[in-house]
Amino acid sequence: MPKTGVLIETENGGVKAINYGLLTAAMGNKENEVIAFITQNDAAEAKDDLAAYGVSKVVQLKVGSGDINSSPDLCARALAAAVEEFELDHIAGLATAPGRDIFGRLGAILDVPLVSDIQSIDYGAETAVKSHFSGKTMATVKLEGSPVVFTVRPNAVDPVENPVDAETAEFNADVADGPKVTVKEVKASQQDKMELTEAPVIITGGRPIGAPDNYKMLDECAEVLGAAVGASRASVDAGFAPHSMQVGQTGKTVSPNLYIACGVSGAVQHFAGMKTSKVIVAINNDKDAPIFEKCDYGIIGDMFEVVPVLTEVLKASEEK
Amino acid sequence: MQVYVCAKHVPDTAANIKIKGENDYDTTGLKFVVNPYDEYGLEEAVRLVEKAGKGEVVIVTVGPAQAANTMRSALAMGAARGILVKSDDKFLDSRTAARALKAAIEKDGSPDMIFTGKTSVDTEGSQTPYRVAREFDFPVANEISALEIQDGKATAEREIGGGAREVLEMSTPCVIGATKGLNEPRYPKFPDIMKAKKKEIKEFELADLGIDAPASDGAPVKLEPVPERSGAKIMQGGSVRESVEELVKTLKDSKVL
Ligand SMILES: Cc1cc2nc3c(=O)[nH]c(=O)nc-3n(C[C@H](O)[C@H](O)[C@H](O)COP(=O)(O)OP(=O)(O)OC[C@H]3O[C@@H](n4cnc5c(N)ncnc54)[C@H](O)[C@@H]3O)c2cc1C
Ligand SMILES: Nc1ncnc2c1ncn2[C@@H]1O[C@H](COP(=O)(O)O)[C@@H](O)[C@H]1O
Repeated sequence: MPKTGVLIETENGGVKAINYGLLTAAMGNKENEVIAFITQNDAAEAKDDLAAYGVSKVVQLKVGSGDINSSPDLCARALAAAVEEFELDHIAGLATAPGRDIFGRLGAILDVPLVSDIQSIDYGAETAVKSHFSGKTMATVKLEGSPVVFTVRPNAVDPVENPVDAETAEFNADVADGPKVTVKEVKASQQDKMELTEAPVIITGGRPIGAPDNYKMLDECAEVLGAAVGASRASVDAGFAPHSMQVGQTGKTVSPNLYIACGVSGAVQHFAGMKTSKVIVAINNDKDAPIFEKCDYGIIGDMFEVVPVLTEVLKASEEK
Repeated sequence: MQVYVCAKHVPDTAANIKIKGENDYDTTGLKFVVNPYDEYGLEEAVRLVEKAGKGEVVIVTVGPAQAANTMRSALAMGAARGILVKSDDKFLDSRTAARALKAAIEKDGSPDMIFTGKTSVDTEGSQTPYRVAREFDFPVANEISALEIQDGKATAEREIGGGAREVLEMSTPCVIGATKGLNEPRYPKFPDIMKAKKKEIKEFELADLGIDAPASDGAPVKLEPVPERSGAKIMQGGSVRESVEELVKTLKDSKVL
């Protein structure tokens, strides 16, 4: 049975929900044995959560007496060592900011191809599908190299439960030299915002939002929806939102189940970042706005009237 | 200060991509530009050299002969000269690209800094900076939106999610993959564009640099357009509340909510 290693991302001591889709992709048609690697929390704590999605071994990854999380170089080198130790045929991670950084390094260390940000995988055909040209085309690419290294776009693959029995282990990688890059500091976000690329639902405000404070209206709706709040570039450039909220070609690429665009015209560069959302809803006061031509559902109206009502209706339907 | 900027020749992101055959696209009439993220790297490089008061910025591209035109616009933004390693491969694999970039830079001089973009907007690989760094055995940081260089040390910031930022420290020379936020790339003025026409672009073949034929792993076996959604189903309630209620019901019925 081919072996697939997966780097798991944790948060506040728990397994982040976005890992489960990654595990489903990693497992294929239950054709692979999946080994999870954890750097942050105690592997034992994560074991049950991971076993529910097909992980048969949870490995605490370490680098001697050093702190593996003090440098992406250390984590990448430890993973490279794990490939050999566990005889992995594939190694996968999430295409998140930390995932892209570690797997970029890993691909270079192993000197094998890295297929980044894939949306689906077919182990039988040895291919994966990923975006090319800012979301305008989908490319089917060959999975080459030993091991095969890839990252999976968060939320692109629906998680499927597959409970198995899991064991825990520890692997202390021998990484001789010091890292070249060290994490000096992590500056927490001003607000405790949900990360856009991981959110199952996103509500975005475009240029007509008009002022930073007006995002509160979207924050309130987002809270009921369990959503993250996004912005268009026009809004970011106008100083209404930080760049970390920008969706699109020069912002973030997101794949939520539901994307609600309020006061967004529907420029190609915006669509480049949210086209793979499962359902797109537009709220726009112009019935001829281009966005209505390329989304699933629309409400023609002033967002300042529609959004508060949406918040209210959602709240009411939750209470029921 | 000898600074190299890896700049890729890519189709304009606003352009329509016409797929040709199974896994190719038509370049006739297609507008090509400097990969947008590479412009942030270039701007940063030009500012570094301006601040140092000495040195030069050199653009390095691996691409087809036509890439020389694209390189001219990078030269107009303040680079001194360019190096073009010729390859007609539209989907050049990133390992070959990195080796070619390394060989071209090494042949030319000794880098104090290397800049790239965070990702190329055509193949969306997000890995060449790491590979270039590995070839040189330099530190690397990617997706950088703030950078400070002082006394042989670089401090770089990147967003890691939810607005949180990671501050990385490394020694120079290093490879920095730039993204939006790092600076505002300058808009070349007419005299800069005229001057750029006379700047030198050295050309090499991959073989001149001792680089083997590219691997096949870059090329897609199939390329397909992403289907556009058909028009929206507009909620037709008489009032705002009715439209919203219809929307929520529709989303619940289809299990989206
Ligand atoms: C190289 C490049 C990269 C780019 N990258 C990005 C990117 O990453 N992300 C991005 O978003 N854009 C990007 N853009 C910009 C993009 O082309 C558009 O300019 C931008 O997306 C427009 O933002 P908007 O829809 O918020 O504003 P507008 O185009 O001004 O549209 C506002 C919309 O809101 C509607 N409206 C007005 N008032 C109301 C109201 N009260 N209620 C409801 N609707 C209302 C209007 O009818 C209109 O449709 C990029 C452009 C370039 C050239
Ligand atoms: N063929 C190339 N020529 C010059 N620079 C390149 C080339 N390919 C990649 N790069 C650089 O590497 C960055 C990331 O590219 P990629 O790994 O393809 O996403 C780009 O933004 C460029 O700066």
